[in-house]
Order: sequence, then C-alpha cells, then structure tokens
Amino acid sequence: MVGRHRWLTFTAHLILIIGVLVTLFPLWIAFVASTHPMENLLSGRFPLLPGPDLIEIYSEVLLRGQSRGSGIPATQMMLNSLIMAVGITAGKILVSFTAAFAIVYFRFAGRNVFFFLIFITLMLPVEVRIVPTYDVVANVLGPLQSLLEVTRLDRLIESLAGIEVNLNWRLLNSYTGLILPLIASATATFLFRQFFQTIPDELIEAAQIDGAGPMEFMWRILLPLSTTNLAALSVILFLYGWNQYLWPLLVAQQEKYLTIVVGIQRIVNTAETQPIWNQAMALSILALLPPVLVIIFMQRLFLKALIDAEK
Amino acid sequence: MIHRSHFRHKTLPYLLLLPQLLITAVFFLWPAGRAIFQSVIRQDAWGISSEFVGLATFIELFQDKLYLNSFGITLVFSFTVTALAMGLGLLFAACTDFVIRGARGYRAMLMWPYAVAPAVAGALWYFMFNPSLGIIAYFLDGFGYDWNHYIRGRDAMVLIIIASAWKQIGYNYLFFLAGLQAIPRSLVEAAAIDGAEPVRRFWSVIFPLLSPTTFFLIVINTVYSFFDTFGVVHATTTGGPAQSTSILVYKVFNTGFIGQDLSNSAAQSVVLMAIVILLTFIQFRFLGSKVHY
Repeated sequence: MVGRHRWLTFTAHLILIIGVLVTLFPLWIAFVASTHPMENLLSGRFPLLPGPDLIEIYSEVLLRGQSRGSGIPATQMMLNSLIMAVGITAGKILVSFTAAFAIVYFRFAGRNVFFFLIFITLMLPVEVRIVPTYDVVANVLGPLQSLLEVTRLDRLIESLAGIEVNLNWRLLNSYTGLILPLIASATATFLFRQFFQTIPDELIEAAQIDGAGPMEFMWRILLPLSTTNLAALSVILFLYGWNQYLWPLLVAQQEKYLTIVVGIQRIVNTAETQPIWNQAMALSILALLPPVLVIIFMQRLFLKALIDAEK
Repeated sequence: MIHRSHFRHKTLPYLLLLPQLLITAVFFLWPAGRAIFQSVIRQDAWGISSEFVGLATFIELFQDKLYLNSFGITLVFSFTVTALAMGLGLLFAACTDFVIRGARGYRAMLMWPYAVAPAVAGALWYFMFNPSLGIIAYFLDGFGYDWNHYIRGRDAMVLIIIASAWKQIGYNYLFFLAGLQAIPRSLVEAAAIDGAEPVRRFWSVIFPLLSPTTFFLIVINTVYSFFDTFGVVHATTTGGPAQSTSILVYKVFNTGFIGQDLSNSAAQSVVLMAIVILLTFIQFRFLGSKVHY
C-alpha cells in the first residue's frame, strides 16, 4: 500500500482548492458585474457580491439588444448560435458516418486517395485559408466558373448555346453559409472508422446471409450499435459549433445572423468609449452557459468523446 | 482489426463519400490551392493583369520587420501559453490523482473553462484587467503597478496569455489525469516500497510514464495557441497596442480583410499552412511510435 502522507494530502487539497477558485473567479466577477448598475462598477470599489439589477440587465440584454454594440437581442443571437451548432453537429455526423462506412465496408478504386483527401482537411484549418475561403462562400460556384474559364469551356457553351455562363451562388449571410463549409471532418471520420473496425466480421457476414444490402446493414445494424459514439461525438461537436468565431465573423455580416460569441466582440470592443460592462458580462455569461452546462451534465459522454477523438 | 468481409457495389461507396469530398474540395482544397496560387503571382491594383513573381512575396514577407516581429510574438505567446496550461494542468491532475477523496468534484470544477469560447474567455479577463474598473487592475494598483493594456504592449501580451491559458488548463488537466489513472498501481507501489517519497516518486517514476501524453499535449497546445486564439485577440486587444499582440493568425486576417493585400495575405496563409502540416506530421509520427514502457 502506498503510504499516505497527511501533509502532502493536505497540500494537494489546498492546491486544488486554489485552482478551483482561480478557475471560478472570472465567472463570479462576470456574474457580479452583470447584476450591478454601471455607477457601481465605476465607483472605484469593485463589488464582490451580486447587486440589485439582475433581472433588469438580463431582460434588457435578452429581449431588447444592447444599447452599444449589436442592436439585436441576445435571444436572436443565441438562436443563431444554436442553429449553427446543431447544423454543424448533424452535418458533420452525417457526412462522416457515411464516408467512414464507405471506407471500411467497401473495396473500391481510389479508396486510399479519398481517405488521404479527408485526412488533408486536418491540416487546413479555416484560419490558414481565410481570404480564399471567404471568396468561395461569396460565390460557391466560383471554382467551377474559373475552371470553365481556364479550359475555355465557357466560350464553347456561349457559342453553342448562345448563353453567357455566369455562375453565382452566394452563401454570405445565410445559415447554409455558416454551417456548410465547416461540416467536412477528418476527426469524426477517423472516429467512426476506428469504431467500425472493432465491430466483428460475423455481423456483416450474418447480415449478408440474411440477404441484407449495404444500406440496410448501415441503418439496422451499424447505426443502432453506434448510438453511444454518436451521442459522445455530438457533445464535442456542439461545443465546436457553438464556439466558432472567425467563420461567423466573416459570413454573418448582417446583424440578424450574428452569433452570440461574435456579438460579444461587438459590445466589448467599442473604440474610444468604455463598453457597457454590465451588459457585456451578461452577454458573456449567456454565451458560455450552454456549452458549459452541456459538458457538466454530459460529463461521461464528453470525456469519452474527448479521449476517443485524440487516440 | 481489419474487416475481411465487404459489400460489393459499383457506385454506392462513391455516393456515400460524395458529400464529404465535395465539401472538402470546394471549401478546403480549392481555397488552399488559391492561396498558394495567389502567393506566387502579383496583380495590379485593378485586378486586370497579373504576373508570376515566384517566391518574391515570400522573400519580401521575411524581410518585413512587422512580420518577423509578429512571428516572434507568436513564438513567445505560444510557448508561454503551452507551458502555463500544461504545467498547471499537470499540477492539478497530479494532486487530484493523489487525494482520491473529492476527485470527481475537482474534475468538474476544473474542466469547465474548456467549453468556453476563446473570445468569451478573452472578454472575461479583458474586463477584470480593465485599467479603470477591473478588479485585478485595482489590486495591482494597490501593489504600485499601474496596469494598462491599452498603452503598454507587455501588459496586453500578459492579458492574452492569461486568458488563453485559463481556457486551456482544463483540457491538459483531463488528459494528464487520464494518463495518471492509466498507470498501473503496482508500479507506483513498488517505488513506494523502495522508499521513494511521493514527490520524488512522481518525477522519477510517474512523469516519465506520462511522456506519450506530454508529447501529444505539446502538439495540441501549440496548435491551439497558434490558431484557436484568434478570438481572444480579435475580441480584446485587436493586435494592439502598436501591434504588440498581433499574432500570426490575427495578422493574416488583418492583412487580407483590412489591408486588402491579397498576395501578401496569401503568402502568410501558405506559411501558416506549412506550420500546421509540420505539426500534424509530428503528431502522427509520435502517435505512430508511442513511447512504450
């Protein structure tokens, strides 16, 4: 038996308690600030306990929008964030599940090439290809148009059919634009691939003997077996989607598509003047609460996904 | 385990892969290709004619003092965030593993900032450090330090480091804790029987056993501090004062969207791409050849 050391145990608890306090401190201060009128915050002695204006400040932020910063209410921004997060989660799961299924359960020409193409997305986070990705979203058919122009096919079509080819499909300021470019996922594909490889061969053989086709096997056997993995992955993907920043910053230029995480920047980064901090902190609390509650209440699933995803 | 049984179908596997591949091609490969293309050509101001300039933009980039400065800032920032987040994560994980009692409670209370968006983490600390009403600035004033991240570059840097590390400690903590709990008790007990004190036992027996986790976390934290911290900077210091917090990923955004300098921004993108590829390569090499004991 490992010897227990009273002093060390005590020190360890002490360090952990200090750690927890430091971790919680910003949250507490933000909460306190979000319940005080601005005069109290500016009085020179920062309050350490909640003030009287909780309901007033939150109802104003939630329902009426902030007096400085973005003009739309937080409920609308949270709805946008929710749509984006759920869309990304569902989209990533859908495209990754089917892709992993194809890669694990079929042998076909180019299988390794496709797998490599998916792997490459790992190395191309949106931050490293900002401008050209923005251009694509400004016109999704732009790549096709360029290909036509380079190959001179556009001239051919013009002379044959008499129509000028001008392909244009704008995704800026739309939920599709917020969601679609983010749903390719190497990580999720790897995760499903890994999981599928642990499923015994006998299952697929039995299914084949019973005359089940591939789609039937996917729906009736693979999908039910994957529920825990799907749930765990959803937790991580929801965090990922909700916390997106750069992408919605570029795509959602109209206020009605603003997500709450981007909305915070609008209220905090007021040039020259002091931000309205009580509203800014209320907004921050509203932005962090959904993902934090998700990982606290779904801790087991979250930990499973986190450790699995990085294997 | 690799499957031996397969389905036979000519078109189905391609159809199943199609959505993922289309998105990858349109939103990943094409833009990446464009970035590389734009980095080696130069367009005139009206975008009418363009000429091939080879590596000229890259050479200019690496002679640009502001860019080199941004590179240096990013290295300092990245190293400090990684060291802080990993060090504290390891400390808390070792303590949690040691105390046994209350471990679950500590875990929940320490991991939650991982779920906070970088921009939000930035906003929280930006507020607490605010020179005129922030509580930490107020304390520092009591110690005679006149904190002001609006004027002093070093203060702004400390601010984004703390905000970025605070968010990331929980992640490192969880992985170190999982690593510690996977170490066979018998090994630790053997060291205890040999008379090694707990602290010594930690450094000579336990920490070396954690090396796969440590290597893995170094890569992940570097990627995080290079790329995911865009929100921290953009929501708070916006790269200032006087570019003192203009990390690479912020600079590429600024050059492309505010400065509208396409070929320069594209060249910066290509440099960042090379960094991610390098990091991914390192990660997979380490994962491929995990240190076994």
